[in-house]
Amino acid sequence: MIPSYVPLSYYLLLGGFLFACGVVGFLIKRNIITIFMSIELMLNGVNLSFVAFAAHWHALAGQVFVFFVMVVAAAEAAVGLAIIIAVYRTRETLNVDQVNLLKL
Amino acid sequence: MNPNLNLWVIPILPLAGAAINGFLGKKSSRRAVTTIALFFSGAAFAWALWVAMRFSSLSLPYQEYLAHWIRAGSFSADFALYLDQLSLVMLLVVTGVGFLIHIYSVGYMWDDPSYYRFFSYLNLFMFFMLTLVLANNYLVMFIGWEGVGLASYLLIGFWFTKDSAASAGKKAFIVNRIGDFGFLIALFLLIKHFGSLNFDQVFQSIAPLGAETAGAGLLTAIGLLLMLGACGKSAQIPLYVWLPDAMEGPTPVSALIHAATMVTAGVYMVSRSHVIFDRAPIALTVVAIIGTLTAFFAATIGIAQTDIKKVLAYSTISQLGYMFMACGVGAFSAGIFHLMTHAFFKGLLFLGAGSVLHACGGEQDMRKMGGLKSFIPWTFLTMGIATLAIAGIPPLAGFWSKDEILWKAYQVSWVYWAIGVVTAFLTSFYMFRLLFMTFFGEYRGPSAGAHGSHGDAHGHGEPHESPMVMLAPLMILALLSLVGGFVGWDHHFEKFLAPVFGSVEAAEVASHGTELLLMGVSVALAFLGAWLAYVLYCARPELPQKIADSLGGLYQTVVHKYYIDELYGALFVKPLIEGSTRILWQDVDRKVIDAAVNDAGDGARHVSDEARHMQSGNIRSYAGWIAAGSAVVIAFMVWMGVR
Repeated sequence: MIPSYVPLSYYLLLGGFLFACGVVGFLIKRNIITIFMSIELMLNGVNLSFVAFAAHWHALAGQVFVFFVMVVAAAEAAVGLAIIIAVYRTRETLNVDQVNLLKL
Repeated sequence: MNPNLNLWVIPILPLAGAAINGFLGKKSSRRAVTTIALFFSGAAFAWALWVAMRFSSLSLPYQEYLAHWIRAGSFSADFALYLDQLSLVMLLVVTGVGFLIHIYSVGYMWDDPSYYRFFSYLNLFMFFMLTLVLANNYLVMFIGWEGVGLASYLLIGFWFTKDSAASAGKKAFIVNRIGDFGFLIALFLLIKHFGSLNFDQVFQSIAPLGAETAGAGLLTAIGLLLMLGACGKSAQIPLYVWLPDAMEGPTPVSALIHAATMVTAGVYMVSRSHVIFDRAPIALTVVAIIGTLTAFFAATIGIAQTDIKKVLAYSTISQLGYMFMACGVGAFSAGIFHLMTHAFFKGLLFLGAGSVLHACGGEQDMRKMGGLKSFIPWTFLTMGIATLAIAGIPPLAGFWSKDEILWKAYQVSWVYWAIGVVTAFLTSFYMFRLLFMTFFGEYRGPSAGAHGSHGDAHGHGEPHESPMVMLAPLMILALLSLVGGFVGWDHHFEKFLAPVFGSVEAAEVASHGTELLLMGVSVALAFLGAWLAYVLYCARPELPQKIADSLGGLYQTVVHKYYIDELYGALFVKPLIEGSTRILWQDVDRKVIDAAVNDAGDGARHVSDEARHMQSGNIRSYAGWIAAGSAVVIAFMVWMGVR
């Protein structure tokens, strides 16, 4: 019989896949914006497993956690994008390999 | 109940003097340093006298508890003091003679740039010596014992820029270590078998034991080990070699530490432990044999020495041998009696020798002296008295104590007596030799008028009498050497010490007539020695050289002190240095320890050399490492979970 709900392992596999995509993207991409997006991907992969667990165990804590992560991610995106703009203005590049000095 | 005597003040006073002079002396004037040093040592003497005055009203032994020290299980050793007849005698000798020598040093050391340092050390020595004699257990005694060794080291090497003085200090310290090793093992044995180091407790638990006549046992072992300690401190065979070298120190030091007080610590310690020795006849025999041999052996070396202080050093060793001979035949009170009179006359002889050096501008070779009696009459007079005293001419101090020892020794075995009496003859000979070579005949020093007329008598370097501050202690000690022996009249001294050492009237085997006869023999030999010295060094000064030439090898052997230093050098020092250099340094230290440390360092460097490639500076590679690490951790946890 086909169960009437999606099993937990599906969610976890999808979350793990998203996280792995994020890691790989973070490691191989040079464009700083793509790296940024990879980080978001990792965060959301984790979020997915949080909500999946929350639904599975009927516990609210996992969903609350996801909200926290979203808020922090939003704040991080705001700060991160501001930094990216500042970097682009001074260096005129978004390639992280060329932004390897701490000084201007 | 005993009144509180505050005995602790006596050692603390010199310690305070040492601290004040040591820390502040450098910036103070000589006058201030003198005041501090003399005040604190004098105050200690005054306090000791006060204690002596109240002594008869005390119930003995008087003990004074000061503070906890070690409490471990049933074992305890406290800072506590002990006063009985024996420690009172030592207390008065140490503080009295010590104070006189402090006074003398003011004159003798006045021109030394390290004046304050000298007095600081000297006071420090007094502190440790008083700790030693006042201790109520072996451990506190050991503090004093080590402390006087330290002070001795510091003072022998006082002129440390002189290489010979520095090495003499080291020699004294190292040789003493060997003795202290024995002492320490003896203490461990006492702790193990009697559970205490307290004099009272140890002697109480030993007292019921019988004498070990059948064979050597525990008490014999303890006795022999204690004697090893005493051999080191009191310069007996085989550990006497440091004392002659110790003459490198300033002369007041030789007088105080290496004649009057510190070197007698061994005699004191053996006498204090007489309960042990009484029950260990084998150990006692060893003590007697060592003492007798040392007395004779050192006296023969003393005959051929030309350095005035070396003669006195060997004489000291020889006299200490007498004291151990006395202890060895069970006549502890006679040993202590000789210790006291010896402190007077030998202290005086050394101070007199210092005065002679002062007069001759530091010259120590007696062959360059002579005829000094007209230049320094007071020194001559006092040293003459001391010479008569040590030679055993009645009725001076040395006669009484030496005769007492010889008489006691005769009662045990005539062999001891025979060697002792021959030694007395030798003593008389070399002491009068010293006196005649130094004070009689023609002056042979640099300003002897060899290149000038008689009117040239006031040239530079003319021997001159010492100042009053040096002469006064000489005179007081001379007085003590004159009359100090009379405390032994009719066995008074022995009776005084009887509560410590047991009854006097033990076994007077030989008759009174024999005693007089033996006394006559030793006095006759003393006069004979003096006469012989007179003939050889005064009447016919060309004779000694002829005799020396005719004796040839024997004379050379004696002059070179039987080559004992060379023998020890070849037997112990050289193998030790060679072994340390070749095996311990080159092999063990460099090839094992150094190599291990260096290899560990090199290994760490190589590993990090490889590992540092991980730190490329590339952020994404770091992220990769983090991801890989996390993957490994997760994989591990999953593996643990499914296992």
